[in-house]
Amino acid sequence: MTVELTLNGRPVRAQVEADDSLYTLLRALGVRSVKCGCETSSCGLCTVHLDGQPVLSCSVPAPRCAGRAVTTLEGLQSEARLLGECLADEGAEQCGFCASGLIMNALALARENPSATDEEIDAYLAGNLCRCSGYVGQRRAIRRYLSRIASGEGRA
Amino acid sequence: MASFSEYVFPETIEEAYALNQKRSSVIVAGNMWLRMCGLRKKTAIDLSRLGLDGITEEGDAFTLGAMATLRDLETHPALAREYGGAFGEALSPIVGTQFRRTATVGGSVYSRFGFSDVSALLLALDARVLLHARGETPLRDYQREPWDRDVVLGVRIPKGRRAAARSVRLCSTDLPLLVCAASLGPDGLRLALGARPGRAMIVAEGLPADADEAAFAAIARDVPLGGNRRASEDYRRRVAPVLMARAAAAVRGEERA
Ligand SMILES: Cc1cc2nc3c(=O)[nH]c(=O)nc-3n(C[C@H](O)[C@H](O)[C@H](O)COP(=O)(O)OP(=O)(O)OC[C@H]3O[C@@H](n4cnc5c(N)ncnc54)[C@H](O)[C@@H]3O)c2cc1C
Ligand code: FES
Ligand code: FES
Repeated sequence: MTVELTLNGRPVRAQVEADDSLYTLLRALGVRSVKCGCETSSCGLCTVHLDGQPVLSCSVPAPRCAGRAVTTLEGLQSEARLLGECLADEGAEQCGFCASGLIMNALALARENPSATDEEIDAYLAGNLCRCSGYVGQRRAIRRYLSRIASGEGRA
Repeated sequence: MASFSEYVFPETIEEAYALNQKRSSVIVAGNMWLRMCGLRKKTAIDLSRLGLDGITEEGDAFTLGAMATLRDLETHPALAREYGGAFGEALSPIVGTQFRRTATVGGSVYSRFGFSDVSALLLALDARVLLHARGETPLRDYQREPWDRDVVLGVRIPKGRRAAARSVRLCSTDLPLLVCAASLGPDGLRLALGARPGRAMIVAEGLPADADEAAFAAIARDVPLGGNRRASEDYRRRVAPVLMARAAAAVRGEERA
């Protein structure tokens, strides 16, 4: 079946199978930031925004995305750059495998709750698993990011 | 992975129901569980365009549409106010925010999982399941029935009770080893257990609000519990009265930890 959607602000038309996931569709469209870790809705690596809300692309049926707006890390480069800097400054990552999903979810957190407390950061990001960092550095990086955007930095 | 050869968006509930009567069809809600279960079906019936995602407050009850997500429930201000934050407390340990933004209440209720946090809380609130063909039925009965081909339209929960839930997990975001949801209303304290590991069930009703640890220990001795890879029966039997006491203390407003 044919699906028309908006991908990172641009209209896209694609052929999908009935049982394709949004993840499969995005990879077929050449989106490389989106990765699949578990394929069981458990790890958060495949996070993208659907109509502005973070979802697990490995589990969203591709046919359901018709007429919707999908945003991936490629579409949020300016916001992501500042967060990337904060992750680096805080030594928040080792292998970086989890980064794309973490960044997508953290950017959504920053929009939804820019004054999030540590507890709220932890709760919001609980579904983004990381095998290396121990999470503490990630929390520090997100706190740093939130305070930098609060002071007016990072606006596109 | 589940596989289908056609993906259909019915325009009415009648159409969804009619399609679902065929053994070759399956309903797709949040798709979180379905996609993992290896089913091979001809037709996937998508419920997402039928307006089933509302949460409405009418008179002495709330109606949760089948396609309302766990995140919708968890963040709904009127639900939080009415039930003392129980939805947030019970649902926030389930995987992560992205997950809960698409997993639905209908998929959870229909599936009657042996590990459900969702059903335990809804049982404690004495929810009723709204089914397209059959009409309204108490969740406590539905929980004991085999899976059928009716369509869950939503869940109705009466107002007037405070609720709380406590669970134990080996690590955060994992499935629970045991869940206890409690609610307190004019008719006393009601307790439901989930992840027994069988389907969630009500284990006590009409208990005095100040029921003590001896009462919980007595209930836990007779509750049907079992062992599985996650926890032994003995472990669950020891943990059950502790969770009951904690959930009861929370609905009494004594502690929220
Ligand atoms: C990795 C993982 C971890 C989980 N952890 C927990 C946990 O810790 N605690 C917990 O309580 N739950 C947990 N769950 C279950 C989850 O909360 C949902 O209950 C589950 O995903 C089903 O909801 P869904 O919307 O995804 O339904 P789907 O996966 O789309 O559907 C599930 C089943 O219900 C049927 N169905 C769905 N909606 C209807 C309807 N309206 N009428 C009739 N039939 C319907 C479908 O045909 C299918 O058979 C977990 C699930 C997964 C995948
Ligand atoms: S790949 Fe989607 S949650 Fe892990
Ligand atoms: S930095 Fe390696 S998985 Fe997160």
